[in-house]
Amino acid sequence: MSISYTVQRSTRASQIAMTVGALIVVGLALAPWWASRGDMRMLIEIFYYLALAQMWSLLAGYGGLVSVGQQAFVGIGGYLLFSFAVFGGVHPIVALALAGIGAAVIAIPTALVAFRLQGAYFAIGTWVIAEVFRLSFAQISALGGGSGMSLPAGIVKSIAASRAGREHLIYWVALGIALGSILLVFLLLRSRYGLAMTAIRDSEPASESLGVETYRTKYIVYVATAGMTGLIGALIFLQKLRISPDAAFSVNDWTALVIFIVVIGGIGSIEGPIIGVAVFFVLREFAADWGSWYLIILGGIAVATMLFAPKGIWGLITAKRDIHLFPVGRRLVVKDSE
Amino acid sequence: MDWINAIVQGVLLGGLYALFAAGLSLMFGVMRFVNIAHGDFIVMGAYGALVAVGLTGLHPLWTLILVVPGMAVLGYVGQRVLLNRTLGDDILPPLLVTFGFSVIIQNVLLEVFSADSQKLQAGWLETASILLGGGLSIGVMPLLIFVSALVLIGGLQAFFYRSSLGRVLRATSDDQDTVRLMGADNKIIFAYATAIASAVVGIAGVYLAMRTNFDPSVGPARLLFAFEAVIIGGLGNLWGTLAGGVILGVAQAIGAQIDPGFQILAGHVAFLAVLVVKPQGLFPKMTG
Repeated sequence: MSISYTVQRSTRASQIAMTVGALIVVGLALAPWWASRGDMRMLIEIFYYLALAQMWSLLAGYGGLVSVGQQAFVGIGGYLLFSFAVFGGVHPIVALALAGIGAAVIAIPTALVAFRLQGAYFAIGTWVIAEVFRLSFAQISALGGGSGMSLPAGIVKSIAASRAGREHLIYWVALGIALGSILLVFLLLRSRYGLAMTAIRDSEPASESLGVETYRTKYIVYVATAGMTGLIGALIFLQKLRISPDAAFSVNDWTALVIFIVVIGGIGSIEGPIIGVAVFFVLREFAADWGSWYLIILGGIAVATMLFAPKGIWGLITAKRDIHLFPVGRRLVVKDSE
Repeated sequence: MDWINAIVQGVLLGGLYALFAAGLSLMFGVMRFVNIAHGDFIVMGAYGALVAVGLTGLHPLWTLILVVPGMAVLGYVGQRVLLNRTLGDDILPPLLVTFGFSVIIQNVLLEVFSADSQKLQAGWLETASILLGGGLSIGVMPLLIFVSALVLIGGLQAFFYRSSLGRVLRATSDDQDTVRLMGADNKIIFAYATAIASAVVGIAGVYLAMRTNFDPSVGPARLLFAFEAVIIGGLGNLWGTLAGGVILGVAQAIGAQIDPGFQILAGHVAFLAVLVVKPQGLFPKMTG
């Protein structure tokens, strides 16, 4: 009798999930033909919160970099989009891509400063850095200073000729960015960096002793998430058509809500942020009129989750069952043969 | 003359920042714990003083008698019931739980007190000033706050180095596990540390309410000032924290002198400059 081993990546659950996921994506891509204008606005918002949540979960859950300053890159992305489109005369969709690249470039020196602090101090340090960007952009009079600016009508019209055309284009870009963010996390986790990151997540000293370059790996994760977050920021303000320092660098909108989404859904997984976004938007439909009580309840749920179920809803689901919808791990299959 | 005046006012403002920072420095020193809701707790103390003045009609300074013990009890209970659950090797739970508190406190204060800007009237204290000659004068209130910071930090220092509880807290700061082997209960030690830090936060809150306008949203900025003072001064050194507060206050005053829009920005830039040049702070006492 001999025993043979095979290493498997995908599981039955992941194959089903991929099939269902592909069908959902096709349905979403066809939304301009079945959804109302209001529904599409809502979907765009869901897409960018999903993308922001994936990026934060990647940064904090795998990279161990708990940042409360990601609004820095949302704001930078938004402002770069406006700058490229208004002063560079670039087509807004091209400006969107340039804004993402620009945010990543700005993250390179920013990381050098932020990485001087560790752990909890890194978190507050990133917040200070975001404030520096907010206050600096408020000083630039060409960008409207503290009161901000609107995207000129001529540039808005250059996105696409008709209003419906513009809305559809922005919708597809938003869908693409949401899928892109999931794909980025998925591919990163399956690469050798993913293996390094998972090791760092589980134990930083142990991974370092095994030759994982923790500083370099964290640096790459920080810059990659900053670039993607900048791209998302550009999308957000392309949809809003108006930007101001307080809206662009809002810690509540772009970091607090995102952290709550990730914590409630489950940190350090691809599935968690998806569940978190679903919970967030369902809750918002019921409680949006409650004003600040809505945030109090959401914050309370996040605190309770952290205290009693630190791995979130996805953690509760997988606690007893070994389910992976996204095949990022490897499993050993042992076969007995005669 | 304007510049000398700006620097003097900046030094005095630094006293307030040192008061903001002392509680944060203390909690980190003993527990390696960073409270993101620290600024919101200060604002809570300020609203506590507002309510106390409204109920009793006393001078704001007397509200210290109510606010400080109130905050200390709140800190003790909060640590025992909630925060002790989050402590461990993982930094995520304490960070995210206190981040949640921050958002919750801001919104509860908003519901109860509205977004209106508030300030406590301190009567003659606010307007009185001491002439120093050469056109320089310093307000009695900023001076009182600065002297309070000196006395408080001196008192905390004496407490840490002279009392037996202070000795246990310092030992906990050095090595939690060994202190536990010596028969001390970490959970209770932490609760005492948080109670002391919260009492300091209460003092900071009352002075904040007397010195400036405040509303439910100003907490995070106070956290950042406190954090910057702690890091500039060096971790684990209370006198360093005072120096950090003064440096931050002077940087802001100089920034404001150049252009009012630069005040806060100049403070942040000074902090980042220290971080780049000397990441351990100017007067570090411990690592980690």
